[in-house]
Amino acid sequence: MTSIGEVLAAAPRASLKGPRRPPGYRHLRGSDFTWTVAFILPYAAVFLAFAVYPIGYALWMARDPALYAALVADPRYLTSLVNTLLFVAFGVNVKMFLALVLSGFFLRRGWWIKAILFVYMLPWVLASVQAFIAFHWMLIGDPGLVDGVLSALTGIEGPVWFNHRWLAIACNIIAYIWKWMPFWTLIFLAGRTAIPRVFYDAAEIDGATGPRRFIHVTVPMLANLYLLCTLLSVIWTLGDFNTVYFVSAGGPSSASDVLTTLGFHYTFETANPALGVAAMMSALPVLVPVVILLLRKLDSGEVQL
Amino acid sequence: MSFALASLPPVRRRYRRRRVLTEIGAAILGLVLLIWSLVPVYQMFLIALDPEEGEIEFTGNMWPHGASLDGFHDVVTQEARYLEDFWRQFGNSLEIGLLTMLLTVLITSLASFAIGRMRLGSGRLLANAALLTYALPASFLVIPFYKIMYGYGLSDNPWAVVAAQVTFASPFAILILQHYGRLLPLEIDDSARIDGASALQVYLRIYLPLMAPALTIVAIYALLLAWNDYLYQFVLLTSDRHLTVSGTQSDLFADIDAPWNAMMAAAILYALPPVALFCALYRYVARGLVLGEVKG
Repeated sequence: MTSIGEVLAAAPRASLKGPRRPPGYRHLRGSDFTWTVAFILPYAAVFLAFAVYPIGYALWMARDPALYAALVADPRYLTSLVNTLLFVAFGVNVKMFLALVLSGFFLRRGWWIKAILFVYMLPWVLASVQAFIAFHWMLIGDPGLVDGVLSALTGIEGPVWFNHRWLAIACNIIAYIWKWMPFWTLIFLAGRTAIPRVFYDAAEIDGATGPRRFIHVTVPMLANLYLLCTLLSVIWTLGDFNTVYFVSAGGPSSASDVLTTLGFHYTFETANPALGVAAMMSALPVLVPVVILLLRKLDSGEVQL
Repeated sequence: MSFALASLPPVRRRYRRRRVLTEIGAAILGLVLLIWSLVPVYQMFLIALDPEEGEIEFTGNMWPHGASLDGFHDVVTQEARYLEDFWRQFGNSLEIGLLTMLLTVLITSLASFAIGRMRLGSGRLLANAALLTYALPASFLVIPFYKIMYGYGLSDNPWAVVAAQVTFASPFAILILQHYGRLLPLEIDDSARIDGASALQVYLRIYLPLMAPALTIVAIYALLLAWNDYLYQFVLLTSDRHLTVSGTQSDLFADIDAPWNAMMAAAILYALPPVALFCALYRYVARGLVLGEVKG
């Protein structure tokens, strides 16, 4: 005896399963099967040898509970936990929102828009280490370029950026946004060009222009893509090492370190790799739900990149 | 002109004024974006054009006073400290970058073809499994990677870095290729198969050419991943023979009087290959965007 709830729960799933299967689906036979296996094999080998094995190894390295007790006892760990949270929260959300808005700007017609897009993409193409070192010199120094311009324009004497924890974190976040915003703008630009024109025309007839058209047409059409990109970006931002290591270098005295740079210090300066891996692994409670959500979003087939 | 404006009906005039305002707004935003994008690049040139080596001289300059190309000269001739092996390191970086790019394109296009075009029942599952690579960010895995590479006999070997970069570029590459692959109707493959083409021929003659825009994005993405990487090159490569430009950067901060002008000149030279590739392939990227438009 099946309850109505079960039937209702099963019904939409069944209807989703049907059309998902490609038309003309058949079992692979003979040489096709051989080819398919041969095509998949290289990636499967890479995946097993260089993704599955290291992930398993990392979990094994960080298996000892005593490591986590040692982490919590270290005040630097708690500081870097808060920093990581700030870095991810602002680094991801501000970047994504600006990228979404700016992708609309780059949809405008005209040669100068194309020229600006080209220059705007430069931070993405520049190597991150060198660009972040340039950021470092822009802010540090006696005075750096930013403080120099500030005092020339307004007469205000700028702060010593990396002497204050919050300022140093803010600098890291801004550098991170500078580097990665163009990439996501490009993705959203592609997403926007895929929105059929008819929707905009219909909205225009109904009198929606400018911001209202953005809210009522663009946002709903890109919502899924936006969510997917945000999830991916959370993973990548959590794992970012170069920004903090080269822009603020963790200063003042490792008060702006994030989990990755702290793990690096544990590994190479205090020669305790297991503790380093454990420091990074402590982000797993956040990472696992994000990855599950990402996979479910992709598997539902409603989002395409 | 004012007469013409006055004779327009008020609604048209308001519309026109709004359009002018939007144009001005767009121009201001464009200017802000240019400054935002170029200030760190300007800083790089400011340091690179500094006539004297050493840490302190360039700070505080807003213009390159007494700009000179000495920095670039020292890089090209490998005369500056830390840069004695610049061109060998540059070659190593190039080798790792190009191998990563080629292998990523090859491996992921083969896998995507099998998953998306061969009507593999469990194809989705495989594509999703690839994304599990991101369950742990790349930087979290560098220490296990170091130990594993030692076990594989690949310590201090550029191939270890290439393996890492290909691994972390692939899931996103497969994601992109799967998406673009769905825009191409399967009937194209079917008609070729009816004409007697084998799976390999379909892959070579139909899939690869039609996927060119997506493959371009994947190629740039993979090259940039390898080019941006510091951690893996620093940790996995130890001998002078294999060091890369990126992996040697952190030595400088330990030196109070490092030759920063030459270092920034080196940074600018290092930035050139991806910029050149981006320029060369820009129209393909643009075409990729247009392909998205066709779908709508």
